[in-house]
Amino acid sequence: MSNLLVLMLHGTYTSLKIFFLTLIFSLPLGLLVARGRMSRNRLISTTVNVYIMIMRGTPLILQLIFVYFAPYYLFGASYDRFTAVIIGFVINYAAYFAEIYRGGIQSIEVGQYEAAHVLGFSKLHTFTHIVFPQVIKRILPSLGNEVITLIKDTALAQTIGVAELFRVAQNAAARQFSTMPIFIAGVFYFVMNAIVSRSFDHIEKKLDYYH
Amino acid sequence: MEMIRVRDVRKEFGELGVLKGISFSLHEGEVLSIIGPSGSGKSTLLRCLTQLEQIDGGSIEVCDDVMVTTDDQGNVRYSDNKTLQVIRLKLGLVFQSFNLFPHMSVLRNIVEAQTHVLKRSKEEAIEVARKLLGKMGLSEKENAYPCQLSGGQQQRVSIARALALNPTVLCFDEPTSALDPELTQEILKVIKELAREKMTMIVVTHEMNFARDISDRVIFMDDGLIVEEGPPQELFVNPKNQRTKKFLQRYEQ
Repeated sequence: MSNLLVLMLHGTYTSLKIFFLTLIFSLPLGLLVARGRMSRNRLISTTVNVYIMIMRGTPLILQLIFVYFAPYYLFGASYDRFTAVIIGFVINYAAYFAEIYRGGIQSIEVGQYEAAHVLGFSKLHTFTHIVFPQVIKRILPSLGNEVITLIKDTALAQTIGVAELFRVAQNAAARQFSTMPIFIAGVFYFVMNAIVSRSFDHIEKKLDYYH
Repeated sequence: MEMIRVRDVRKEFGELGVLKGISFSLHEGEVLSIIGPSGSGKSTLLRCLTQLEQIDGGSIEVCDDVMVTTDDQGNVRYSDNKTLQVIRLKLGLVFQSFNLFPHMSVLRNIVEAQTHVLKRSKEEAIEVARKLLGKMGLSEKENAYPCQLSGGQQQRVSIARALALNPTVLCFDEPTSALDPELTQEILKVIKELAREKMTMIVVTHEMNFARDISDRVIFMDDGLIVEEGPPQELFVNPKNQRTKKFLQRYEQ
């Protein structure tokens, strides 16, 4: 039993690595993608739109397989499995985050930009100090949803052979002829997401000082 | 001394002409009211002065700086960004809907532009802000957030925010239209006080009595043109133009 727990903690560590690395890269990338989607340059906005449509329109599991195997067909070699998982997750989640950012940015009243403009703020300062803080507050609930989904989506990494929590549990279940390890994994996911949603509640409360 | 010179300014939204050749000038210490029916272009004129809209013809000069000119071929030329920024800071604007930054405290709303745009030290900016809040009767509210204030209080904060940058001219775009009558008086009192201090101001307003009381000069606009202008005693008591008469009659009832 304790052996099983060690194995599962190890799997959890891999899951969390996928989780955090995906967030670290996809949250900023999503902002960039949102910018591109809102660009007045038709070529940029159309290209970005196609990218978002593909990312949201096809299964993540398929995208992971594509990211890992496509380089084999093209160049005869690919990056290691873990890198492929991170790339797959990042480009997928960036597309979802981009749409959330876009919704938030477009919901900011034009008067905020106008006030900033007549006060002489630069475009960058307007975005970083006036628009973006308000965007964060507005998108926090949808962002929370997406982050919770990401915790559960990490289980898909096993498709290309990365031994994360769910794969470890499945292997153990097969060895022990028991579904118990899988249910234990369920508890692990639940606990991780309880922490995520508590954290989001906490941030929401912190930003509750204005509306 | 002329603070603003506007010559033959034109502005179109698509096919629709909103300003059809506006010319006027504004002198130091003068309070100019712009009145007229909705859609007459008064707000658009103010927005062109404060660079929220680009004009399609004519010229605008602020103090000794050229904001924009139009050559003989009809090409509109705006000055370089540096000059435009200098001009931008000479003109303060108070919005109808206040447009305070909701995530910043009252104090920070007034401090932010001072420190980031004028590069004043934080201490100095806070001192300026506190002085202005005192003047607006809002000293106790410096740590409040805009959503905790009444509309009148919010508008006074936004006036303080504009004044903090020491504008040469302060523009008001229907500053009381979003307020109920009681709060309207509150704001009008503040503007009156500024007029007494010889602040140069342009006020776009629907408050006729107020325009009559505080203005040195009144412009009546209709359909993108200045129909009539003159001192309030003349324009309100003895309007020469038929359209002005008709417009003012509606307010007398």
